Amino acid sequence: MSARNRELTALVPVALLLTAGFAAVFAQENARLDDASLVYGAYFFAICLATHFYLRIRLPNADPYLFPLVALLMTFGLVMVYRIDADLARDQANWFVLGLVLFALTIQFLREYDVLERYRYTIAVVGLLLLLAPRLPGIGEQVNGAYLGVKIGPLAFQPAEFSKICLVVFLASYLREHREVLIVGARRVLGVTLPPLKHFGPMLVVWGASMFMLVFIRDLGSSLMFFAAFLALLYVATGRFSFVAIGMAMFLVGAWFFASTVPHVHERVEIWLDPYAHPQAAGYQILQSIFAQADGGLFGKGFGQALITIPGTDAALLPAAQTDTIYSLIVNELGLFGACAVVLIYLLIAARGFKIALLADDGFSKLLATGLTAVFAIQAFVIIGGVTRVIPLTGVTLPFISYGGSSIVANFVLLALLLLISDRARRESRAAEHSGALALEGR
Amino acid sequence: MNRQIVKLFGLVVVLFAVLIGFTSYWSVFDAEALKEEDANKRPLLEQQQIKRGRILAADGTVLARSVPKGSGDSLRYVRRYPEGSLYGHPIGYSFVEEGDSEFEQFHNDELVGNDSEFTSILDELRGRRQEGNDLVTNLDPEAQATALEDLREAGFGAVVAIEPQSGRVKVMASNPPFDPNQIPLKLNELNENELEAPLLNRATQGQYPPGSTFKVVTAAAGLDSDTITPETTIDAPGTLDVQGQELHNDFDEDFGPIALDTALTNSVNTWFAQLGEQLGEDTLSEYMDRFGFNSTPAIDLPSDQVATSGLFEGGQLLGPNDPVDLARVAIGQERLAVTPLQMAEVAAAVANGGRLMKPQIWSRVIDPDGRVTKRLDPSEYSQPISEETAAELNTAMQGVVTEGTGTNAAIPGVAVAGKTGTAETPYNDSCGGGTDENQAWFIGFAPAEDPQIAIAATVECTTEFGNDVAAPIFRDVAESILNGE
Repeated sequence: MSARNRELTALVPVALLLTAGFAAVFAQENARLDDASLVYGAYFFAICLATHFYLRIRLPNADPYLFPLVALLMTFGLVMVYRIDADLARDQANWFVLGLVLFALTIQFLREYDVLERYRYTIAVVGLLLLLAPRLPGIGEQVNGAYLGVKIGPLAFQPAEFSKICLVVFLASYLREHREVLIVGARRVLGVTLPPLKHFGPMLVVWGASMFMLVFIRDLGSSLMFFAAFLALLYVATGRFSFVAIGMAMFLVGAWFFASTVPHVHERVEIWLDPYAHPQAAGYQILQSIFAQADGGLFGKGFGQALITIPGTDAALLPAAQTDTIYSLIVNELGLFGACAVVLIYLLIAARGFKIALLADDGFSKLLATGLTAVFAIQAFVIIGGVTRVIPLTGVTLPFISYGGSSIVANFVLLALLLLISDRARRESRAAEHSGALALEGR
Repeated sequence: MNRQIVKLFGLVVVLFAVLIGFTSYWSVFDAEALKEEDANKRPLLEQQQIKRGRILAADGTVLARSVPKGSGDSLRYVRRYPEGSLYGHPIGYSFVEEGDSEFEQFHNDELVGNDSEFTSILDELRGRRQEGNDLVTNLDPEAQATALEDLREAGFGAVVAIEPQSGRVKVMASNPPFDPNQIPLKLNELNENELEAPLLNRATQGQYPPGSTFKVVTAAAGLDSDTITPETTIDAPGTLDVQGQELHNDFDEDFGPIALDTALTNSVNTWFAQLGEQLGEDTLSEYMDRFGFNSTPAIDLPSDQVATSGLFEGGQLLGPNDPVDLARVAIGQERLAVTPLQMAEVAAAVANGGRLMKPQIWSRVIDPDGRVTKRLDPSEYSQPISEETAAELNTAMQGVVTEGTGTNAAIPGVAVAGKTGTAETPYNDSCGGGTDENQAWFIGFAPAEDPQIAIAATVECTTEFGNDVAAPIFRDVAESILNGE
């Protein structure tokens, strides 16, 4: 079966799942089945189908599983957000469409994505400016103590979501060019392999940017996500684990220093270590997140059965259920099994992403695919780890599931880039196989 | 670079496995402990959303029901008790903030519909909200009202009425009562009222000296162990020297050599004291065990709200080898402390030919669709005495009412068997520390030839005798139950 036919086959069950999901929520809310679930399922399938045909024309060789997997995540997101608030789900559906438009535009205009290499410094500067924007007076917005949002007129978005793509593009390009020097120029000092000092500078800049985010944006989650993506790329590019170790040590020292001096970051760490200290105030969100999971058990309570607000009031029982703690809500309603399914989908996406990186045969494509996949997987880890108390809880979105336009649109751009790399890599590997076969025949 | 990419993927797998590990820990392995956390209001809030089943009296009178408040997501249920304080004991209460007690607590799973994992999964698939089952009790509204009314006139105390053949509890009244509807407002106030202790179910938690009602147990042990026969005579002088202290009959009356019927009819202390010493500690304590003393009664109430009866020292139950003054145990003195429920069980066992049934308040469970899903299947707790012994005791106990110390229990046209008790409780702080206060008792059953009901009635801190205050309560409650059938 061709790649696109496999994609089409995979989209059918996803659309059915969405229909079933909405049917379950309707059944819970109105105690009856509603035709609307079929209508929503049909809309969803039509949109996916349109995207599929677009891919059939533009990227016939691209990975067939990534888009259905993402559609599956969107299914979880749409149903869960609808179950919280129908109005929010309408926004979410609009962003889904907007995300697909940007997805198509990216594929349309970045077919030769190598051009990104030419503008890497511009892209890096744009990425940093995006990070800075929330602190700019007039357009910056503070959310829960962190500077994450930008508001220009009616348009509000979270620049960090786009910034992460810029940063990965820059790092992939920079490391593609300098990886040889970094490997060859390395010296051993006291048994530790150090990168050459001359090329240490740009890496210090990245470290500085992460620390900067910690201090000025006060966003531990994004900072962690960026730096981890950087270390992942550095490791893949150089194969030197010692570089990663040094980087990690630097991050930890910096994080420890700022965690003890910047109040917001300090508080987040304190809550993580002892949420029961202030169960009604600072520790409320993480405790309620865990209580919601305890309420779910193995099978969950079923769609629409979990409590999100305290009955009879508007007070949140699970704060930020549509964004930060949506994973806890999934555990609550779909149980450990549902949660495993979600984590498995992220893992499969990561597997496909890394597969693309393996297949790609030029350095930039390899590093770009690795970086995009890594930053995506780490984002999922940071927020799921946050609500399950593996790491301090920070306001990062769960890709394609959490309510939020910036996250969905940016991640669709990320997906488009991965598919672009995939299409080229698979086309070339098929071409290589083909010519190999011809060569064999000719003998 | 491919090797590094594969390793990086390996790291992602490990990280995601950690996520699954933590999720499993919170959602499954640590879930029960998390549900117990004080900060976790979720279990309470969820329970509030379940329509708890009703509790009904035997005739269908609604004793407890849940009323909806709000709608949609804010829908929650609040408990109402239409009969107010009449059934505060033994029904108890159930509120989200204040918790639950007594019957409401014991039957919680049935009332909220936690039947089985299987049915709740089925319900979930059918998209229906969990709903509780109705519970029908054996309680007889008329008799319950009679009992509480009489107690209100007589003083603090309790009444327990059991159907001997089945163990069905028809009356359980405790005075002072409490109105469960007021629990959300007044729980602290009621808890702090130590003098009246209205939340104490005196029927199951009141531990009182049994006085002469215990002579029924002594007599049962004597007859059943063949230590005596109904014809055996024991010389009963006016006073008896026991362990250096004199033991008196009422007015030091000297009865001479008499048999069981005369001794029981006149409640002769010196006669039973000698029988107790003849029985020995092993035998008497074995018969106590058989009647249910020294263990928690098998009633459907939470075990921490049902007291054990027996010999106590400083709140601790004495063992069979602890030294006791057997002569005084035999007449219901010494360190004996018993509950009205236990004494009702003694009467019920004698009434039922020596077979003691497990006392049960519930009768049947009705699911939300109106089907009876469970029915009380009466079961035997023990057979403390033979049918023959029971018949002999029955005869002797009838004498108490016809010509003895318990004449006020007599019901016109109905043969009544019973035993009075008046335990002196002087210098008792809970009675105000006076010298003339007694614990007045009456236990018995009727009709004697075909017992339909066995009752224990007791009044604390009264200056009157068992026959004056407790026997009339027995009579009224028994009449109410017998007339109702």
